[in-house]
Amino acid sequence: MDPVVKVENVNKSFGDNHVLRNFSLELEPGENLVILGKSGSGKSVLIKCIINLMPADTGKIIVLDQSIQDMDQEELDILRAKVGFLFQSNALYDSMTVRENLEFPLRRHWSKEERERGSEMAVLEALEDVGLAHTIDMMPAELSGGMRKRIALARTLILKPTIILYDEPTTGLDPVTAREISNLMIEVQKKYNASSIIISHDMNCINITSNRVIMLIEGRCYANDTFNNLKKSTDPKIREFFA
Amino acid sequence: MKYFIGLNNEFLTEVGEIYQFTRRFFREFFKPKQEFDEFLHQCFWVGYKTLPLVGLTAFIMGLVLTIQSRPTLVEFGAQSMLPAMVSVSLVREISPVITALICAGKIGSGMGAELGSMRVTEQIDAMEVSGTNPFKYLIVTRVVATTVMLPLLSNLSNAIAIYGGYLGVNIRGHVSWHLYWTQVFDALSYGDLIPSLIKTFFFGFAIGIIGCYKGYNSKKGTEGVGRSATSAVVVASLLVFVIDLIAVQITDLLGFT
Repeated sequence: MDPVVKVENVNKSFGDNHVLRNFSLELEPGENLVILGKSGSGKSVLIKCIINLMPADTGKIIVLDQSIQDMDQEELDILRAKVGFLFQSNALYDSMTVRENLEFPLRRHWSKEERERGSEMAVLEALEDVGLAHTIDMMPAELSGGMRKRIALARTLILKPTIILYDEPTTGLDPVTAREISNLMIEVQKKYNASSIIISHDMNCINITSNRVIMLIEGRCYANDTFNNLKKSTDPKIREFFA
Repeated sequence: MKYFIGLNNEFLTEVGEIYQFTRRFFREFFKPKQEFDEFLHQCFWVGYKTLPLVGLTAFIMGLVLTIQSRPTLVEFGAQSMLPAMVSVSLVREISPVITALICAGKIGSGMGAELGSMRVTEQIDAMEVSGTNPFKYLIVTRVVATTVMLPLLSNLSNAIAIYGGYLGVNIRGHVSWHLYWTQVFDALSYGDLIPSLIKTFFFGFAIGIIGCYKGYNSKKGTEGVGRSATSAVVVASLLVFVIDLIAVQITDLLGFT
């Protein structure tokens, strides 16, 4: 089977700061791929390039057999319905209730009739997947950090994406909640049969969620292996992360 | 010298960026699928929620202007001209400009802060990822709502300020309700009202564009949000005066004075 995401020799710079240097990766269907690297190493930039929130300077990005750089806005919007993105800051709309937050992606991708018929069900299903159906009429400000993360995940799931991009999903959470979120990521991945790219430096989260880990150091792919193999590595740069 | 050159470059860059932002506004405005619900929601916030503040200010403005003008007119024995003088001053200049300045403070800073905070908390990116055009949803609706609502607010402000003037006239003297309004309407003409109405459209557009531009391009975390809100008020207020100056010149050239 073809990879669902293919990144080929991508470069991205901000002035003199070369964040990604000839970076390549492939994400196989059903795979959970973790990108591990120090803060500021370009991990978030990479997934923003994959969804074209930030255009890559050079190189090729193919998502679900379509070159993301050659698409017009309409095609990009249609593709984005198949790619969920969980933001590090959750990015819940403060002025909307949980229900409105979850309905928001539907307004672009579902017709008015479809929304009238099915949005309530879709919202409830997504909320039940993350175990927070009772928060449907609450405002984001009324929720705890872990709950907000779950709601953000529910919003990501509402369009039943084929690929989910997670930007540091457990950052800022206590270890117990972080483990719950990691387990939830595995559950939803199984239910929706999605492929995921997970940006993280939380070793517990990586251990629970990853099938494969890519280490991003100085904008390049430094290592590409399973979590257990990397853990056993004697390379000092890799050991730094496991110390 | 270097400092002034740098400052000049920064200013010109910003002017260029605002121009590009305005061009994008018009491009997106004419694209199909209008966000009508969000536009109405913004009209509610810009118009209805600002009305109490604008109303109160207008009332005080009319009252104070009348009380302050009275002694001078009495000196020339022209106190009977008070309703006419107050209404023309309010409708032509004071009421539209003060309403615009209040809106620049309340709406401009609100938009700068709200959009700025949405930018730094990645809510605008989240909108884009969900397939919604954030420029059309957030910017076009807000700018159009401000452009439409400001003339309405200004007209209401005219009425409330002239009513304030009626109370002001009656503090020291006695003018009947009927006589006061007859004098006001005799003094006012469409030549006073229409140019004033037209300039408030431009005031509204300027306040909307600047508030949205500052918020949408907010950077540097929460510090950036504060800066966006503050500079939205400063630039929008300054633009109100610049537009007013141009409007007065045009009105003069067209013979409305």
